[in-house]
Amino acid sequence: MSKVLMKGNEAVAEAALRAGCRLYFAYPITPQSELIEYMAKMMPKVGGTFIQAESEIAAINMVYGAAGCGKRVMTSSSSPGISLKMEGISYLAGSELPAVIVNVQRGGPGLGDIQPAQGDYFQATKGGGHGDYRCIVLAPSSVQEFADMASEAFELADKYRNPVLILADGMLGQMMEPVEFKPAKSAEEMEELGKQHDSWCICPNEDGDSKHHHEINSLEIDPLVLEKHVNQLFAKYAIVNRDELRYEKYNVNDDNEILCVAWGTASRIVKSAVHELNCEGKNIGLIRPITCWPYPYAAIHAAIGKKVKQVYVFELNTGQMLDDVKIAVAGKVPIKFWGKVGGIVFTPAEIKAKLEACF
Amino acid sequence: MEVIATRPSTFTKTPFTYCPGCLHGVAHRLIAEAVEEFGLINKMAGVAPVGCSVFAYKFFNFDMAQAAHGRAPAVATGMKRARPDMHVFTYQGDGDLAAIGTAEIIHAANRGEHISVFFVNNAIYGMTGGQMAPTTLPDMKTTTSPYGRKVDDIGYPIRASELLATLVAPYYIERVSLLSPAEIIKAKKAVNKAIQYNKEGRGFTFVELISTCPTNWGIDPVKSRDWARENMLPFFKVGCFRDKGEGVE
Repeated sequence: MSKVLMKGNEAVAEAALRAGCRLYFAYPITPQSELIEYMAKMMPKVGGTFIQAESEIAAINMVYGAAGCGKRVMTSSSSPGISLKMEGISYLAGSELPAVIVNVQRGGPGLGDIQPAQGDYFQATKGGGHGDYRCIVLAPSSVQEFADMASEAFELADKYRNPVLILADGMLGQMMEPVEFKPAKSAEEMEELGKQHDSWCICPNEDGDSKHHHEINSLEIDPLVLEKHVNQLFAKYAIVNRDELRYEKYNVNDDNEILCVAWGTASRIVKSAVHELNCEGKNIGLIRPITCWPYPYAAIHAAIGKKVKQVYVFELNTGQMLDDVKIAVAGKVPIKFWGKVGGIVFTPAEIKAKLEACF
Repeated sequence: MEVIATRPSTFTKTPFTYCPGCLHGVAHRLIAEAVEEFGLINKMAGVAPVGCSVFAYKFFNFDMAQAAHGRAPAVATGMKRARPDMHVFTYQGDGDLAAIGTAEIIHAANRGEHISVFFVNNAIYGMTGGQMAPTTLPDMKTTTSPYGRKVDDIGYPIRASELLATLVAPYYIERVSLLSPAEIIKAKKAVNKAIQYNKEGRGFTFVELISTCPTNWGIDPVKSRDWARENMLPFFKVGCFRDKGEGVE
């Protein structure tokens, strides 16, 4: 299929539909409104369900109900709306339900502004909702990747029965880029979707089995039972951590003098600066976590070659991922951080100037 | 000997966890009987709330989801939209439905979601230990209204059935009480009607059941029914507020 020019918000919606998402519940918020509008337009055409919920809280709980029925379901929002969804995300994780949640981040805290930012990293990767749980967090850096992550997120959600967050931002949501879509699921594939959930999800008891009693639930009033449940969740997360780490290495080699670490939109800008410096004969690499949870600690540690004198972290926040980089680097070399906030995006020239000063 | 009553097949064998004299058991039984009578055990799914009936998922012998506080109508919406071939109800108390979940119930009703809502009103928070509910009566004492509910300060009780009856979409709305055998028979008819309409896919159905809380009211079970009759029924009048099936508006 040829490429089409599309906004990120629309591309991720189209990709979700092709991946078999037939239920979408959300509430409008800038800068992700094109996503809900696309779903409003397209869902009836594919025989799916679109509801503009009365609130973000209602939307995520509709997701909970539909996910509990074993169906591919998605919601999306931007930062303040994601905060409202956190109660439901904790319940999804506690009840082990597969669902995809897109966050097109904007500046914060509070109402903030509507410009791109990366201030929800802590919320996405360290909890956000109450209790001990993890969400799988995918961070795209292009419209193509944003779209590709829709189908990947559904696969991961189904595989691990866990909510998956796509942590994009206003830049990716609003920018237009050429994007190539995967083919839509065939009728046969759609028929098969979700069947792995039939043993536990809410579904008709077609053979009249008297023991058919499926519960969607996160309540374990007995502390010993809850302890076991939480430990089982973390045993599952350990498998995710082992098998689902994703990261990109750009010009990482043994002769790197500087190693940059950045994620999402920020990484793309850093990559431009790194490329320019490489062209000027300076040896500098970039490592980009694609999964922000699980986090590629070992990969970052291993990427620090013998000549690296500085690890430099760039984010569109005040240093939220920096904490993870510190764990990864484990004191091996000094770390520097530079970020911008307020929805202001740094330029390749700014990054290049910061990096040049390190050589 | 002729058997005239048995445990509905729509109940599990799990013993109820309710206090002596609590009417949740009666309300549960009416729903269980209706689901059995309409032959829906293999196609029914319920949503349990937060509160005393949080364990409802253990008692009903069909698929159940447990929802966050107040969110049952949204969860039920997601379930019904995901599986239109299933029949879905929520079971909610007054704190769940009329306080933290006010938005969810109003909008599910306003969308005319094809679900049934069973709303148990006993004018108090039970599980958390007897705090004021949105349905607590004027001057009624609770642990968080120790001097009585002062309406000038905190407002009047919310009449959920009347509130929902202002909306166009709901198909059936009725308030009944569970305070005597005769009233329970009337309540059974209302519950059956809600489940029947649900089975027929007619629209949003809502049954409010006036109940008691002997434990948190501090009144013995028999007297608590008298108390409810004297104090609750004048404010929460039983009756049918909407029945599009019967042409009653």
